[in-house]
Amino acid sequence: MALIFRNRITLIWLLLVCATLVSFDSAHIGRGASLQSIATCAVMIVAFLKVRFIGLEFMELRHAPVPLRFAFEGWVLLVCAAILTLYWMGLPR
Amino acid sequence: MEAVSQRKARHLPGEEGVWVFILGDMMVFALFFLTFVYYRVDNIPLYSEAQELLNRKLGLLNTMLLLTSSLFVAQAVRVARTGGRQTPMLLGGAIVCGLGFVVVKIVEWGDKISHGITLNTNEFFIFYFMFTGIHLAHVLIGLSVLTWLLVRSRRQQPDPGFLNTLEGGGAFWHLVDLLWVVLFALLYLMK
Repeated sequence: MALIFRNRITLIWLLLVCATLVSFDSAHIGRGASLQSIATCAVMIVAFLKVRFIGLEFMELRHAPVPLRFAFEGWVLLVCAAILTLYWMGLPR
Repeated sequence: MEAVSQRKARHLPGEEGVWVFILGDMMVFALFFLTFVYYRVDNIPLYSEAQELLNRKLGLLNTMLLLTSSLFVAQAVRVARTGGRQTPMLLGGAIVCGLGFVVVKIVEWGDKISHGITLNTNEFFIFYFMFTGIHLAHVLIGLSVLTWLLVRSRRQQPDPGFLNTLEGGGAFWHLVDLLWVVLFALLYLMK
């Protein structure tokens, strides 16, 4: 049974779990508003990196036809950039 | 020649139609995510206060359940491809984790509603209940697909199209996982 899990897929899962635990409280710990904003951006970037790993490794898009992989990676990049831009625009100056 | 062999090596997991649906769904959720951040900008204090009423630990637990469920599904596809017999057991593990997600979500919603927090409470909770509700519908569809795949994987007779269907169903389940990863960050963690 344990042998089934002894491979790259499990390593990716472990990486995703660790990234989730590390980024979980970071946006809520910082006292200052600017530190919280930076932490929030970090949390969002980590979330979209996780999405990318789920796509490339679990959905097997790493070896999928190039247009499909580009569409997925484009979505990750554009949606992440749009969220961060809107978020920064809303911060008090 | 090398380019030709590289093209041959590339593989589309599942049917084309599944990917049209997955990419379409990703577009719809992208609109949801951007709408949330756009409206949040106009009333950050309200969103921050409302967010404090969410149970982040339950959100974290649900993230872990879906990530682990995805692990089981990815392993099930790998095992099925190599002719192993553990596919039904791995799909069973994925279904248990998915059901765990549903139970946690019901507990979370029940807690909110018992404290008088509903869809009508404020703008944040309109988004919260709408997005998590639509996502939960995806989870339930995904669980039905996984259950059907589990039944098919137990058949003794060789099932020629099974691997392709398993790949497609698996890809849909990973979509459910990745959409939750973004929802968790936006609704529970963004400050």
